[in-house]
Amino acid sequence: MNAVLIALLLLPLAGAAATLVPFGADRATADRRALWFGTGVTGATLALAVALAIGFDQDRPAVMQAVTNVRWIPAIDVRLHLGVDGISLPLLVLTALLTFLCALYSTRRLPAGEGVPSVQSFTGLLLLLEVGMLATFAVLDLVLFFVAFEVVLIPMYFLIARWGSGAKVPAANRFILYTLLGSAVMLLGFLLIGFKAGTFDMTRLAAAHGDGLSHTTQVVAALAILLGLAVKAPAWPLHSWLPDAHTAAPTVGSVLLAGVLLKMGTYGLVRVLLPVVPEGAATFAPYLGAFAAVGIVYGSLACLALARQGAKGDLKRLIAYSSVGHMGFVLLGIASLTPAGVNGALFGNIAHGLITGLLFFLVGAVKDRYGTSDLDTLAGATGAALYGRAPRIGALLAFAAVASLGLPGLAGFWGELLAMFGAFDPAAGLSRPAFVTYMVLAGVGTLLTAGYLLVVVRRVCMGDPKQPALVTELPDIKAYEAASWTPLAALTLVAGLWPALLLSLSDPAVKHLLGGG
Amino acid sequence: MNPLAVADPGGLIQSVDWVAVAPPLVAALAALAVLVADLFLPTGRKRVLGWASAVGLLLALLSMLPLVRGDARSTFCLKAAGGACSYTADHFALAFQLLALGGALIAVLLSLHTVDEERLPGGEYWFLLLSSASGAALLPASRDLATLIIALEVASLPAFALVALRRDGRGAEGALKFFLSSVTATAVMLLGVGFVYAATGSIHLAPIAEGLAHVPGQLKPLAEAGAVLTLVGFAFKVAAVPFHFWLPDTYTAAPIPVAGYLSVVGKAAGLAGLALVTTIAFHPYGHTWGLVLAVLAALTMTVGNVAALRQRGDTPFSAVRLLAWSSVGQAGYLLVPLAAAGYQGSPQPLGATVAYALIYGVVNLGAFGVAAVVARTAGTRLDDHRGLFARGRWSALAMAFFLLCLAGLPPGVIGLFGKVVVFRAAVDAKLGWLAVVMAVNVVIALYYYLLWTARLFAPAPAGAEVRAVRTPGPLAAALALTAGGAVVLSVAPQLVLQVVGGSLF
Repeated sequence: MNAVLIALLLLPLAGAAATLVPFGADRATADRRALWFGTGVTGATLALAVALAIGFDQDRPAVMQAVTNVRWIPAIDVRLHLGVDGISLPLLVLTALLTFLCALYSTRRLPAGEGVPSVQSFTGLLLLLEVGMLATFAVLDLVLFFVAFEVVLIPMYFLIARWGSGAKVPAANRFILYTLLGSAVMLLGFLLIGFKAGTFDMTRLAAAHGDGLSHTTQVVAALAILLGLAVKAPAWPLHSWLPDAHTAAPTVGSVLLAGVLLKMGTYGLVRVLLPVVPEGAATFAPYLGAFAAVGIVYGSLACLALARQGAKGDLKRLIAYSSVGHMGFVLLGIASLTPAGVNGALFGNIAHGLITGLLFFLVGAVKDRYGTSDLDTLAGATGAALYGRAPRIGALLAFAAVASLGLPGLAGFWGELLAMFGAFDPAAGLSRPAFVTYMVLAGVGTLLTAGYLLVVVRRVCMGDPKQPALVTELPDIKAYEAASWTPLAALTLVAGLWPALLLSLSDPAVKHLLGGG
Repeated sequence: MNPLAVADPGGLIQSVDWVAVAPPLVAALAALAVLVADLFLPTGRKRVLGWASAVGLLLALLSMLPLVRGDARSTFCLKAAGGACSYTADHFALAFQLLALGGALIAVLLSLHTVDEERLPGGEYWFLLLSSASGAALLPASRDLATLIIALEVASLPAFALVALRRDGRGAEGALKFFLSSVTATAVMLLGVGFVYAATGSIHLAPIAEGLAHVPGQLKPLAEAGAVLTLVGFAFKVAAVPFHFWLPDTYTAAPIPVAGYLSVVGKAAGLAGLALVTTIAFHPYGHTWGLVLAVLAALTMTVGNVAALRQRGDTPFSAVRLLAWSSVGQAGYLLVPLAAAGYQGSPQPLGATVAYALIYGVVNLGAFGVAAVVARTAGTRLDDHRGLFARGRWSALAMAFFLLCLAGLPPGVIGLFGKVVVFRAAVDAKLGWLAVVMAVNVVIALYYYLLWTARLFAPAPAGAEVRAVRTPGPLAAALALTAGGAVVLSVAPQLVLQVVGGSLF
């Protein structure tokens, strides 16, 4: 089992290294080979992740499994400690799945043109990105976690800056500067914990549950870690890098950014902040909850404003803002410090990864077909009429939108419900009235979310098919698109109908982390 | 007076531990051999001298092998009670000798083609480089102030000439600046050493510490002034702010390999001297110089990084200039554990400086190497690095890796861990404010290193003129060596970080 986990990390790394070797004499051959190479490697990685999930002992999800724990740098007591439990397993599988789907999608739909680098570099960067994302969820050492957290930055920077569109370089700079500033602060927090507690090992620190760390240390470290992770999550008001990055990023960049990178922040909160510095977490939980509630309302109001007619709203930007709202639910669940809330947060993570991944794929497809993702231009006077002109894409878009607004029976519902449930009855020591207020705000947020998503569906999917449109030919869903989208839609449905699949994995692990036992 | 009036004439003769002194000695002998061989070699065969220097340095490095195992070996000791020694080959000395000789070896590989292409006088160049390296190798092992100063001068005097060897106006100007500031520093330092000697009656480091603890009241100001002046002298050599102003002009004036050599070996020499003098000789004044060094470190890193941030990409020599300022900033990080040692009153934090210096040596020489490659093909501006990936993917990848290591951003893992141990030294010594200043500086530095990295992969500007030249073998070898070293260290950081835990002296 632990060999599988190690292979899961080494395979994409080796793949990324292999892309440095020339793949063929002429550019076209090399490009084609690089694309299929990327699909092959990410596919094999997905197979490994599935194997890991099958081999995972589901009766003991609270226990770290597939553990590797060897000395790496004794001088500062950093160990190569890997392992998965019920919290990280779903995220690992989600990451492997989304990366594979992105690679598959890219075989036909890679941004090309003047100044775009070779496909080989794209494949290399995608694989390096995958290494960083998988490692973030698999490592159990604070320093390694930081390293993995940072590894994703450089590939994502180049994906945005070189394969993106619009104001891509400023957006990429903004993305990397925000995250770097945040993670530099986070590293200070990690070092403080490591030097005071004498170990960087997450499982040992979590088992100690704050023993051996003074209250001041815990508060300072929690603040530093919270700041770093809140930038990544992103929590309002540190979210302002996100809309630009999403608008500029290529489709696969957006999918991975929303689907996985944001989860690294919330995963870090659950894995590090809650168990390692519990007193610090309890100190800042009310503030985190408040920011989360504001984020939910702010995100949906921003989306409503963008969805209005004549607002020149960009669809990708709109979904980026909706991510701020959805991650607000996740953060609210975490801030409640209750098993229900944290379970909801973890469920919301996965659900948001599936649904928003699907939405970004769909919007990317619309943008490819129309050449723009500007909502006003798309909709024209009556609406873009996707139902009439490309019924399958229209139906999928509507499906993703209702999933995103949290329709019961689809994945988006459970995370939000549990997060609000957690906020209704927060952990002992937290102010109940405050959290009930946050819950009410979150409830208002769900209504607003439903509002803007239905507006989007109306303006994009409905309308008069006969009205003069930007493009005359509007091909419906293509084979490669269907192949890369169907798994996401199917899993959205499965997770919505059978939430126990995920919750049975995460619940014991969450109780273990929160209880410290 | 009878010339044999000494009580025990035989006692003046002592056996010398030749194995212990081998590393600097071999380098010095190689220098002399190269100088003599230069007289007899016909003009067409002078290339051999460069390779001979490389072999000489390699031998010097190999001569360190017998010293690695076992206890520290001392030689040139006093017979008197206490038996203070002038030369000690302990782990501290060996680590810095590795840095000095290894750095010089890489500098030789980097300059093999420079000497040919820029028509520098071969014999002199190699002789000067080797002499300087032998001085830098002697310095960390010396344990008395006289040897220290002689070693420091042997390391720096040839360096002035190296900078001036390029016979154009800039070379002379850079060398003159370097020379004047360095000579001033030496004069100040000599004065300080004189004061310390007068106050304590010894020039050996350990007895000075004892003497300082028991200085009679009226000599105390003298001793303190002496200590401060000595520190100022070394601060010049490390180019700590405010004694840094000579550095960027000197680096840009020198041939690029020499600039790389100065940035690593020259700094290492000054740093080793500073560490020895402060932690051993001035041990009783720990809190005072600890504070002074902490302030110097904060100033140095801030000024260096802010100046590096302000470099424009389109001015000539901006690449070397940025590396020069960034090396000022890095010197600031290197000073942090020294300051921590002062606060803690033990040399234990020095391990962080040693580890960081070794890491910095490898990656900084590599960065200068790629700058040399680009200077041959495109130019010395930062903008000339634009699109390097399209022209030469391996040198671009190597440069990206070096820059990320200098920045401390994964995948440049080793740079990150180097900074982590420095941070830990600061935190352990309760220098929280210095750790925060350093964190801010690391973030500033991240920005300009990343900007440079992004330039490497940006599309080449239209109409840029690039000469397609093959990278000469030795240059490529030096890059492979440094890049390979950085990668190996990133995978197995324990190789270098073990000095943090072990005992140095």
